[in-house]
Order: sequence, then C-alpha cells, then structure tokens
Amino acid sequence: MAGSIPASATAEAVLATAPLPRRSVSLWAEAWRRFKRHRLAVLGLAVLILMIAMVAFGPMLWRVQINDIDFSARLNTPTPAHPFGTDDLGQDILARMLYGGRISLAVGLSAMLMAMLVGVTIGAVAGISRGVVDGALMWLTNLFLALPQLPLLLILIYLFRDSLKGAFGPEVGVFVLVVLVIGGFGWMSVARLVRAQFFSLREKEFVEAARALGASVPRQVVRHILPNSLGPVIVAGTINVAAAIIAESTLSFLGLGFPPDIPTWGRILFDSKEYLDIAPHWALFPGTAIFLAVLCINFVGDGLRDALDPRRVL
Amino acid sequence: MGPYLLRRLLTVLPAVLGISVVLFTVLALAPGDPFAEMALNPNVPPEVQENLRKQFGLDDPVWQRYFRWLFAMLQGDWGFSFISRVNVDTLIWQRLPVTLAVIGASQVLALLIALPVGIYSAARPYSWFDRIASTLAFIGFSLPTFFTGLLLILLFSIKLDWLPFVYRADLSATGWEWWSQQLKQSIMPITVLGLFQAAGWTRYVRSATLDVIRLDYVTTARSKGLKERAVILKHVARNAMIPVVTLVALTMPQIFGGAVITEQIFRVPGIGSLLIDAIQRNDTPVVMAVTFVSACLVILFNLIADILYGWLDPRISYR
Repeated sequence: MAGSIPASATAEAVLATAPLPRRSVSLWAEAWRRFKRHRLAVLGLAVLILMIAMVAFGPMLWRVQINDIDFSARLNTPTPAHPFGTDDLGQDILARMLYGGRISLAVGLSAMLMAMLVGVTIGAVAGISRGVVDGALMWLTNLFLALPQLPLLLILIYLFRDSLKGAFGPEVGVFVLVVLVIGGFGWMSVARLVRAQFFSLREKEFVEAARALGASVPRQVVRHILPNSLGPVIVAGTINVAAAIIAESTLSFLGLGFPPDIPTWGRILFDSKEYLDIAPHWALFPGTAIFLAVLCINFVGDGLRDALDPRRVL
Repeated sequence: MGPYLLRRLLTVLPAVLGISVVLFTVLALAPGDPFAEMALNPNVPPEVQENLRKQFGLDDPVWQRYFRWLFAMLQGDWGFSFISRVNVDTLIWQRLPVTLAVIGASQVLALLIALPVGIYSAARPYSWFDRIASTLAFIGFSLPTFFTGLLLILLFSIKLDWLPFVYRADLSATGWEWWSQQLKQSIMPITVLGLFQAAGWTRYVRSATLDVIRLDYVTTARSKGLKERAVILKHVARNAMIPVVTLVALTMPQIFGGAVITEQIFRVPGIGSLLIDAIQRNDTPVVMAVTFVSACLVILFNLIADILYGWLDPRISYR
C-alpha cells in the first residue's frame, strides 16, 4: 500500500499543475462553429429569420387590413401605397402575404413536429425491438412510402374538411386538418433514419455498458441511444419543414387548402393564376416568397448536415 | 433470378391489398356518402332512396362493403361516374396514356440531365462545374412545380408568345403539323416536371458516384492504364446506378403528385386533372379509381426497379 501513496500524490500534482490543453467546447458551440463555415447556410438562416420576423411583426407595422376592398385600385402594379400591388378586389397583397405567411410557416413547423413525433416513435420502437414488431412497422412504413401522396392528401382534405370546420371553426379546423394530413405523410423517412441509427447505436459499447449497469430498455433508449441519433434526425426535420411548406402551398394552389379568406402564399397564387397576363406581380410575390423560404430552409438543412455529422472534420 | 422475381411478386400482393384497405378505410371513415345530396332532393321519395341504398349495399357492414368493392375492382368493374355518365374504366383508359406520356418524357429528360451532370460533378468534385451544378440543383428542387409552371407560362406564353399554355387533346392538324403542335404544347409540362426531378436526382447521382469513385477497384482500373472515360463509364457508372435505381423508384409517388400539379396548370387531360375535377364535383367512384390506379402504378414501377436492381447487381439475386 505504501507504494500507492506517492503515485496518487504525483498524479494529483500533475492534474493540479497541468494547464488545460484546450478550452472545453460544448457540443452545440462546436456545431455552430462548423455551421458558420457553410456560408450559404448562414445566409439562408439570416434570410429565414428575417422572413419569420416579417410575418410575426409585419402586420403590426403594416397596418393595412387584408380584406380592405377597394375597387378603384384593382390589379394595381406595385406603388408606394401598395408596395406589392393589389389583387382583383383591390386588396393589398403585402398585407395578405404578411398574414398568410404566418399560416404557411406555422403549417410547415407544426407538420414537421408531427412528422418527427410519429417518425421518431415508430423508428425507435422498430429499432429497439427486433423480429415481428420491427417487420410489421417497416411494412407499414414501406406501404406509406408507396402510397401516392398528393391524391390521398387531396381526398382526405376533401372528405374531412367540412366536419373539422364544424368542430373547430373554419380557420383552426382547416389548419388542424392540413397539419395532420401533411404530417401524417411525412414521417416515413424519419422513421427509417431513426431505425437505421438505432440498429448501429444499440450495439455500441456505451449502450452495452448501460445495459450491464442494469439500465432498463426505456432508459437505454431515452438517455443513451436517442440523444446520439439526433443529428441526422434534426437534418431530416429541417428538410421536412420545407417539404411541408411546399405541400401546403400545393394544396392551396389546387384550391383544396385554406379558404380564400385565409390568404396563405399558395392560396394567393391560386387566386392569381387567372390574371397572369394582366397582373403578373400578383403571382410573382407569393411564389418568390415560397421559393425563398424553401431554399433557405434547404440551405440551413445542408449546413446542419455538415455541422452535426461528427465524422466530418472541418 | 427466378426465385428472386417470384419473391418480389409475392410482396406486391400484400402491398396492393394494404393500399386498398387504406383507401377504403379513408372513404368509410369519411362523413357523408354518395347519396347525401339525393337525400336533400325533394323529388326523390324516401322509399326510392331506401331501395337505392339497399341496392348499392350502403347499409351493410364495412368489411362486406370492402370485399365487394375489392372484387369489383379486380374484375375491372370500377363503377360509374355520376358526373360524366360513363364507366370509370373508359374514363381512365382515355386519360391514362396522356399522363404516362408526360411522366415518361419528363423522367427521360430528368435522367438525361441528372446522369451526365451528376457523374461529371462527382468526377471533378469541388470544381467550378460542380459548384455551379450543385447550386442550380439546390435552386431547382426548392422551386415548387406550380411556381415554375406559372413562370414558364408567363415567359414563353404571355411575354414571348412562343408556346401555347393550354394543352389540347383534340388537335385538328394532321401529319407533321400535328407532331409539331403536339411537341410545342408538351414542352412546358415536360420541362417543369423534368427539371424538378433532375434537380433532386443530380445531387443523388453525384453522391452515389462519389461513394463509388473512391473504391479500390476504380484505382485498379486506372492503374491498368484505362482511359478516364472508360473508367468512369464502365466501372464507376454501373455501380453508382444501383442506389439511383432505388431512388428513382421511390420517388414515383412524388412524380405522380407533380403530374397532378402540372396537368392542372397546363390543363393537360390526364388522370391528374381528372382527379381534381372529380374531387371538385364530388364524383367519388372516379376519385377512388384514380387513386387506386396511381397506387398500383407506383407499385408496378417499384417492381420494375427491383428487377432492374437484380440485373445491375447480380449479388442480390443469390440472396
């Protein structure tokens, strides 16, 4: 025992005197450092934050009502009074876009959250349980992947719109329906991703260590496996927001999304397409808004992919 | 190859059944039924309504209705369109060729762009060509098809007046004139759909090729003194195609969605615009049949992809 005392003493001394080799960097700070290297992703994030700020605070600053009808100003091209022009009823397009943008972006985010919730749950259950459960869940996932999504989206909206409108009122009802339906078709890629992550992670040593220490299966999943599989899931979630925004705009563009008094960007496009020859500005502004939002989100997703993949050294 | 094919065919059956169950459940859960409007019609006495409901079996249990519907679908009896007053199958067979032609041509266009651009980008990663191609691809798949369609109409039909923006199935011209008009009116729908797919696939082809190009056997091929062109085309491309085939098959549902949108924008008389019309007019049998047919087509393309897969990658067949 005598020999061990000096040894530990020197060890302590070394620990106490040695300078820290490097300032410890948290996981997220490291991810942010990597993210910053992707210039387009940073630019995309900036534009996206600007757009969110505009739809969040814009209606307070630009105090034109979205349903102010002014027949003397029908189909005006952009002027100082109407920076984005007016539509066929003389309504201000800027005001409508600021209001509708809230809905478009909110649908994107909520549908993504729903898709993630379903996808992570199914993927995690399939990934941790082998055999029959995994097989059945993957069969379901592949079935959903093979379904023609847009026709089904259209049918679901068409069939359930009226009853949900009755239950929650026109605005909330359609919102709930659109989010449920888009989210309900967006979870498959997430589920497959999470399952694949679980397959490789559950055989890793640190999970085995947790198992050896007696951690229950839920604790292994929630505490050890899930946090380590989050990187790709976050990237998939970002891409999902873009897909959901496109899906909502598509539904509205086909006239089966939100009603005309809720001018989401897709809905404005739908209303504008008959006037394309005399009032192209009416279609160009909302179309560009959808494009910009989707492009920025995709760039952010690309940046996150670089940032959150620990195998990449940047 | 034989057993592999058989196994694939056996997985198709549950998929078709699964889709039919999903479809039928959706319709069974939905509020309202095809006779809801008739109930409001004072000219139809209640006894007649009752008899009609009985005749169509609307009051039977759900599973009985499901099996009756499924067997009718399998026998080719797809019902009767309330609006167009024709059998649904005639309606669909009228519209399907146009859709398949537009989808097929746009896929060919997409592959013609995505394969060379993706492979060339991967052969020279981070070069100027690669950067420009990647940025364009990003822009391409961030542009929703309905917006690209409107932009093309704005530019080529309204500003330049080169191309018609309404697709007509009943062209009066014959011979060469017919072909040139057909070509002119097909350019925009095909381009919109093709460019969108090309953008997504280019990125995928690039990354699939990059995965292969670093492998040892490619180095071996180079060190044998093969020309770069032969290495890329004969050694790299074929193996890089394996994941690409899967992706092409997996994006088929999206492509059908894209076809619905483009058909609606350019008023192409295909099954996509038939679906939208039917939904807007409450024509339930047509809606059901179109969705079921597009689902079956998706499964069919998946099967074709699996067969191609087996041909491209012989290792799979022996599993």
